[in-house]
Amino acid sequence: MSEAPAAPRAVSADPARGHGIDLLLKPPPPRAGWRLLPARVGAMCAVELQKLRHDRTELYTRAIQPALWLLIFGQTFTRIKAIPTGVIPYVDYLAPGIIAQSAMFIAIFYGIQIIWERDAGVLNKLLVTPTPRSALITGKAFAAGVKSLVQAVVVLLIAALLGVALTWNPLKLLAVAAIVVLGSAFFSCLSMTIAGVVLSRDRLMGIGQAITMPLFFGSNALYPVSVMPGWLQSVSKANPLSYEVDALRGLLLGTPHHLASDFAVLFIAAALGVTAASALLGRLAR
Amino acid sequence: MTRDTAPPGADAVACTGLSYAFGDHNAVDELDLTVRQGEVFGLLGPNGAGKTTAIRCITTLLPVPAGMVGVFGHDAAGDRMAVRRLLGYVPQQLSADAGLTGRENVALFARVFDVPRAERAARVTQALAAVGLADAADRLAATYSGGMVRRLELAQALVSAPRLLILDEPTIGLDPIARTGVWEHIGAVRQATGMTVLVTTHYMDEADQYCDRVALMHRGRIRALGTPAELRTGLGARRSAAGAAHHAPPTLEDVFRDVAGSGLDDEAGDFRDVRSTRRTARRVG
Repeated sequence: MSEAPAAPRAVSADPARGHGIDLLLKPPPPRAGWRLLPARVGAMCAVELQKLRHDRTELYTRAIQPALWLLIFGQTFTRIKAIPTGVIPYVDYLAPGIIAQSAMFIAIFYGIQIIWERDAGVLNKLLVTPTPRSALITGKAFAAGVKSLVQAVVVLLIAALLGVALTWNPLKLLAVAAIVVLGSAFFSCLSMTIAGVVLSRDRLMGIGQAITMPLFFGSNALYPVSVMPGWLQSVSKANPLSYEVDALRGLLLGTPHHLASDFAVLFIAAALGVTAASALLGRLAR
Repeated sequence: MTRDTAPPGADAVACTGLSYAFGDHNAVDELDLTVRQGEVFGLLGPNGAGKTTAIRCITTLLPVPAGMVGVFGHDAAGDRMAVRRLLGYVPQQLSADAGLTGRENVALFARVFDVPRAERAARVTQALAAVGLADAADRLAATYSGGMVRRLELAQALVSAPRLLILDEPTIGLDPIARTGVWEHIGAVRQATGMTVLVTTHYMDEADQYCDRVALMHRGRIRALGTPAELRTGLGARRSAAGAAHHAPPTLEDVFRDVAGSGLDDEAGDFRDVRSTRRTARRVG
């Protein structure tokens, strides 16, 4: 123990000395109605960014995989021209898919953090604040989105370094950010929903590993839907990752896209995810 | 929604016939409990006595039927948000986020309790100063000692100016000096703010020294209730009446053995309780 026995006593004996405690005597006014949700989302996102600022290790280690995908897989398949991507070089075609994939990988394991917070008592403490469960989950979902967004920027820069011809139109990049956040909000809610069912980090880890690859390969991240067998095309249609990739590709490369429906699908998926995860949050609280 | 709407004179906590079962195990069994405004109330008992479950019912973490739990007159079932705004809660585990600085840890709770942006920084600084962490505020909580983390959690709870501070085993696993430090901060804060404190502990000596009233809990029920002195002298009187030749005056622990009877060791908490206690102890030590 590095506790200095005398020091805290001196401070505690007279809290009014030096620093006042006047502010600690009046409770803050409650924030009502619609302003509560954005405030909670802001609080959760701020925490996520503060953590990233203190420890960037994860940001760097998580950049390795997407870099390898673009560098090795992308370069090789660009040479052998095995995948019909029209006039676009394959590595360009791949880049939006890898951005979506690395964002999904972060979000899909976000539930582990919820379970850690539960074991550490942090979750209980947050649940005893004036925060409805759905607002807490929405906050966490957007925090995962912010974390993914920082990662997406890193992948975007790697892609640019590899000579991928991406748009630099700020409006389009803003839309890209919105898509990444929405997609990650859905996948993190999926993860938190599973966390609410299995209640253990090990099991969530296993399930997370088991579903990431099917989600990735069962999407249009690596190849166009048109080259898939019929059954896989149906899987891809039900896979939110496909809509995310479609939107990112359209925005970043200008390929044909369905932006409105992509946004709609991702928004509805995220809303359903928030509902499911909020409903199961009570299981983590007891 | 604010504290002003609470009926004047309502008890800080009023549990009537509170029961909560996990499966067919009654963790809390027909509990009647009243905590008066402004007192330091100790809920005592061994692991598995139902203390934490009772606390979780009071803090709205566990769903309870309407009418069973009131906090300053607000029903914990119907009026959850109002109850939560009145509470400062420190769980048994060391719950500060090690990846954030002390200041960031407290700021998070200022935000989720809707402290206006204009006074947030000042309030956070005051809360940290009140627990003697002003100098360590900008260090990562990962570098704090166990006693410092406990005091940081106290600051997190204080930043929203709660009327009722609930502490679940605040000194578990701490060395005696850090334990005294935590209790002295609790006492100083309570003296300065007049808030009510509900604390669980299984250290009888601490309860004897720092609590105004204590309830001894065993197997989901309260077995004895009163000031520590009342309980001790009560047992002393019963012993002399029974003609037993006890020389030393009874301690609170003797009172507890007396009311709980034998069988204290067989139900000492389930696996998860013990695991979580040990984890806390390990992180503290």
